[in-house]
Amino acid sequence: MIENRPLLTFFSHVMLLLGVAVIALPVWIMFVAATHPDVRMTQVPLPILPGGYFFENLDIALNKGLSGQSGQGVARMLLNSLVMAMLIACGKIAISLLSAFAIVYFKFPFRMFFFWMIFITLMLPVEVRILPTYEVVANLGMLDSYWGLSIPLIASATATFMFRQVFLTIPDELLEAARIDGAGPMRFFWDILIPMSRTNIAALFVILFIFGWNQYLWPLLITSEPEMYTVVMGIKQMLEAAEQAPEWNVIMMTALLAMVPPVCVVIFMQTLFVKGLTETEK
Amino acid sequence: MLKNVHFKPSLLPFLLVFPQIVVTLVFFIWPATQALYQSVLVEDAFGLKTEFVWFKNFGELFQDSHYWASFEVTIVFSFLVAFLSMSFAFVLAILADRVIKGSGTYRTLLIWPYAVAPVTAGALWVFMFNPTLGVVAYALSAMGYEWNHQLNGGEAMALVVMASAWKQVAYNFLFFLAGLQSIPKSLIEAAAIDGAGPGRRILDIILPLISPTTFFLLVINVVYAFFETFGVIHAVTAGGPAGATNILVYKVFSDGFVGLDLGGSAAQSVILMAIVIGLTFVQFKYVEKRVAY
Repeated sequence: MIENRPLLTFFSHVMLLLGVAVIALPVWIMFVAATHPDVRMTQVPLPILPGGYFFENLDIALNKGLSGQSGQGVARMLLNSLVMAMLIACGKIAISLLSAFAIVYFKFPFRMFFFWMIFITLMLPVEVRILPTYEVVANLGMLDSYWGLSIPLIASATATFMFRQVFLTIPDELLEAARIDGAGPMRFFWDILIPMSRTNIAALFVILFIFGWNQYLWPLLITSEPEMYTVVMGIKQMLEAAEQAPEWNVIMMTALLAMVPPVCVVIFMQTLFVKGLTETEK
Repeated sequence: MLKNVHFKPSLLPFLLVFPQIVVTLVFFIWPATQALYQSVLVEDAFGLKTEFVWFKNFGELFQDSHYWASFEVTIVFSFLVAFLSMSFAFVLAILADRVIKGSGTYRTLLIWPYAVAPVTAGALWVFMFNPTLGVVAYALSAMGYEWNHQLNGGEAMALVVMASAWKQVAYNFLFFLAGLQSIPKSLIEAAAIDGAGPGRRILDIILPLISPTTFFLLVINVVYAFFETFGVIHAVTAGGPAGATNILVYKVFSDGFVGLDLGGSAAQSVILMAIVIGLTFVQFKYVEKRVAY
């Protein structure tokens, strides 16, 4: 505190709380809609206080879905989202750890060539190469599969860079000591590098889990079977159906289910999340 | 780059980089070259015949008024998203930096929207502004304003900007707060002793010192608005009404997958890639100098 201005501090708190309220408003409206029966959702004005139908709506959303649709509940979509997010996060971490290890700790032909090849992927987000990537995945027969959902999103320059950065800060003496003790490269990797970059791996996992869970365009393109839909896609399909039958209580319950897992990850692993966010952007 | 102490050459490093190189080649490099290749081809409607046409696809794009309209929409959209979310986040960060007690709590309360998927954000906002049912639309009509983003292009733009900016405030807030907290307190104290009030200090000390963060966030926000808002647009307006929210990324998708104009869509992809490369370059050049204070 530079100077004591109680009035200004009070004002700051008020403004901050207002800001929090503005940010939270859409989610409050969503939550309220998810606690009312569908009949109430057709009467203007809509409620702004929660009702008592939370668990009924939860049951409908998880097991039945919208009445006009195939009867596919959201439970299966949540599972698909979870599998996709986990595959993307673990896959990215695994391949980037290995390649960063090779680039930092080995001298081998084409080392810089490989490095630049990985670097260039930074400039090719999936949105700008959707059509040809779709063709590749279709030719490999990976449409409507978990592999097709996750592998094309796995290569990541940011993760490789981050691990490269981390490895470069690990003192050389450790490698010397390990070699004197007779440890081979993989032994060194498992017993020294991995334990030493544990928090970085965890921080990256948090970011990648959110990234994977929130994927939208890619799953939209390569899945056509309802069993492979992810929950984020499911919301969009419900929105389209909402033009005819506005069951907003079920739609908003689905939206709630779709955002609870990543939001919980951010709130409960906040330190790791902030670390991951600031480090991957460097 | 390479460690001074390192392992001897062997087959092992090749095996280690192999998975990443394979994925990169198959799903990045190959599709990107395909996009480049297709951008100079014209394919007939059944995919039977292709013809090499040099830069005709690009020429057609640049003569297409819809494409320029989409460019304009994208620039307006990304400017509004960046401006709205950054200014809102900056004000909140200044306030949170001021209050000693509870700035951690405010941070928790403000950063979670980062985890909300763009489509979900779109769904929330479209529900609030639904012309017949939405809570906010109802409140507006009670005040005598009839909101209908399905008909009015300006309102559609406002809605997608709000939904996209809402999600991005969290990110900007986090970085602004970190930037503010890294400004040496002695500078602020010196200014206070010289008689500068809080407003004066923001203008003359905090704003110049935080400019690296601001610039960094500007690039990130533009990239976000260009590429990651696809979900918001798709869920809220689908590019409409009458192309009022048809941003470039959305146009690549709708021309390629819905309109099946492969050459035109590929040419648009190539232009987008050029934009990303430019933005990445700016970001990297700048990131080198980032740790200035």
